[in-house]
Amino acid sequence: MSKEPMRAAGSSARLAVNKTYKLYIGGKFPRSESGRVYAVTDTKDRQLANAPRGTRKDARDAVVAARKAFGGWSGATAFNRGQVLYRIAEMLEARREEFAGEVAAAEGLGRNKALAAVDASVDRWVWYAGWTDKLAQVAGGANPVAGPYANWSTPEPTGVVAVLAPQKSSLLGLTSVVAPVIATGNTAVVVASERAPLPALAFAEVLGVSDVPGGVVNLLSGPVAEIAPWLAAHQDVNAIDLAGASHNTGVASVRDLEIAAADNLKRVLRPEAKEPDWTADPGPHRMLAFTETRTVWHPSGN
Amino acid sequence: MLSAFPADPAEVTSSEAALSRFLHGLPGIDKVGAESRAAMLGTRSIKKDAKAFAIDLAISMIDLTTLEGADTPGKVRALCAKALHPDPSAPDAPRPAAICVYPDLVGIAKEALGKAPVNVASVATAFPSGRAALDIKLADVAQAVQAGADEIDMVIDRGAFLSGRYQQVFDEIVAVKAACGSAHLKVILETGELSTYDNVRRASWLAMLAGADFIKTSTGKVGTNATLPVTLIMMEAVRDFRAATGRQIGVKPAGGIRTTKDAIKYLVLVNETAGPDWLTPDWFRLGASSLLNDLLMQRQKLATGRYSGPDYVTVD
Repeated sequence: MSKEPMRAAGSSARLAVNKTYKLYIGGKFPRSESGRVYAVTDTKDRQLANAPRGTRKDARDAVVAARKAFGGWSGATAFNRGQVLYRIAEMLEARREEFAGEVAAAEGLGRNKALAAVDASVDRWVWYAGWTDKLAQVAGGANPVAGPYANWSTPEPTGVVAVLAPQKSSLLGLTSVVAPVIATGNTAVVVASERAPLPALAFAEVLGVSDVPGGVVNLLSGPVAEIAPWLAAHQDVNAIDLAGASHNTGVASVRDLEIAAADNLKRVLRPEAKEPDWTADPGPHRMLAFTETRTVWHPSGN
Repeated sequence: MLSAFPADPAEVTSSEAALSRFLHGLPGIDKVGAESRAAMLGTRSIKKDAKAFAIDLAISMIDLTTLEGADTPGKVRALCAKALHPDPSAPDAPRPAAICVYPDLVGIAKEALGKAPVNVASVATAFPSGRAALDIKLADVAQAVQAGADEIDMVIDRGAFLSGRYQQVFDEIVAVKAACGSAHLKVILETGELSTYDNVRRASWLAMLAGADFIKTSTGKVGTNATLPVTLIMMEAVRDFRAATGRQIGVKPAGGIRTTKDAIKYLVLVNETAGPDWLTPDWFRLGASSLLNDLLMQRQKLATGRYSGPDYVTVD
């Protein structure tokens, strides 16, 4: 409740219009199929808002949307993907004040630190935008072969990637795990930080206006333990990034998720023992974790 | 329930005037009521064992259909192979009820299916528009029956129906029924072109009076295909027709039914409207093609506890 006393109509006071945070699936902003929400609090246990409590069925719908979007996104030129990623940076930059507020509330940071995290996120999108048409030169190449063939290898996207976003860094961490997945042409189903999902859900609105085709990034919020095992076992998911998984025991632990992911030979990116410092130079390894190397032999004259 | 039905059905069909009087004397449809009833039945929660039962029942009711200009003998053989072994990883998966193809491919389908208990249905009578002279339509039917079709899906002449020439539509159905011989006759009303629910009810009664074994919603070739309210009205028609005449008629919604959720909604509607007597492949069919893959994926999900994907079912 507002601390302001109620005033008569016609005075300058007005009721705040609170945002209903929603999921982001297939380019749309639905509520959870369950209709449920959960209370999200700041670091001092004051309620910030309700976030949708996503379920396995939301995850299933998100995978369908991601699969549908994969053909178009992986088939887009690397240059075009770079433009789209840069556009995300532009849109995020335009809302940096708002996101500084979101991040400050979610992570209990001071204004300057929160603003720094937002700026780092913007810069990271630009950084990955630059990588889209350069990764093939670094990770691929023309192979010298003893025969009349032109032979070259290129990194290709692996498909639909499930991403468990980092639990602590709500925006920079999210950016650092999502950008490398989609930069190479994969599509993503992302489970936001369970305790601090609001910056991620607000970030979906940035994606919604950034020329990112619907379904390329799908964003869910809710209990990781209820959603992650279904994504890890899903037969139509090609890879999973366990950045936000717990190292403890249980259904959503790194170990159990890896076991669940083994059935269809998903690529699995294990998390570090402790959530890393996301401000460090990321290097290309997150992009390479979700690519397949394709080698082409082409007959050459003589 | 229909109170005004005369003891002798021949009375209704004795003249065009009588037919017209009867069809227009049918009670009007409450559009809002029908739609909300259908929507309400669509919210039933079917889970676990009931869902497993519903999935297998739905698979066994499918008329696995390919009706493209680009159909080839190879594609029809592939579809027949799929009907014989819907899920190679689960030999206990039931087979669909029938394969539905164009008349020229009936022979191919018949040969590919051999003696297996999967019927071959053929569309006929200048499908999908139905715009041809009667003798051409009858030749179309005769050719399909000759090639071994077990079921014939005919289209009614919507132009004649909409302009009120009920006798012409009636006579055509009677003639086609005679040309079918022992083959079952499904009459496609093409409800998407009939404009009103009242017309759907009239067309249903007209087809049943003329001797249809099944009434079917759509060709799948127009903008609006099978919908739940239309199927509700047709289920009411077959229920009332049996009560009035003692003859049971089947129903087949077709077109636009793609997901397990959709299919289960139809099964609930059948059970709640006409009753469990219709919950068998003999009396209820689903005209579909991509639906089978979705049902199989859901079936795999129930069996393994994991969501399946399109890599684990055949590409059509």
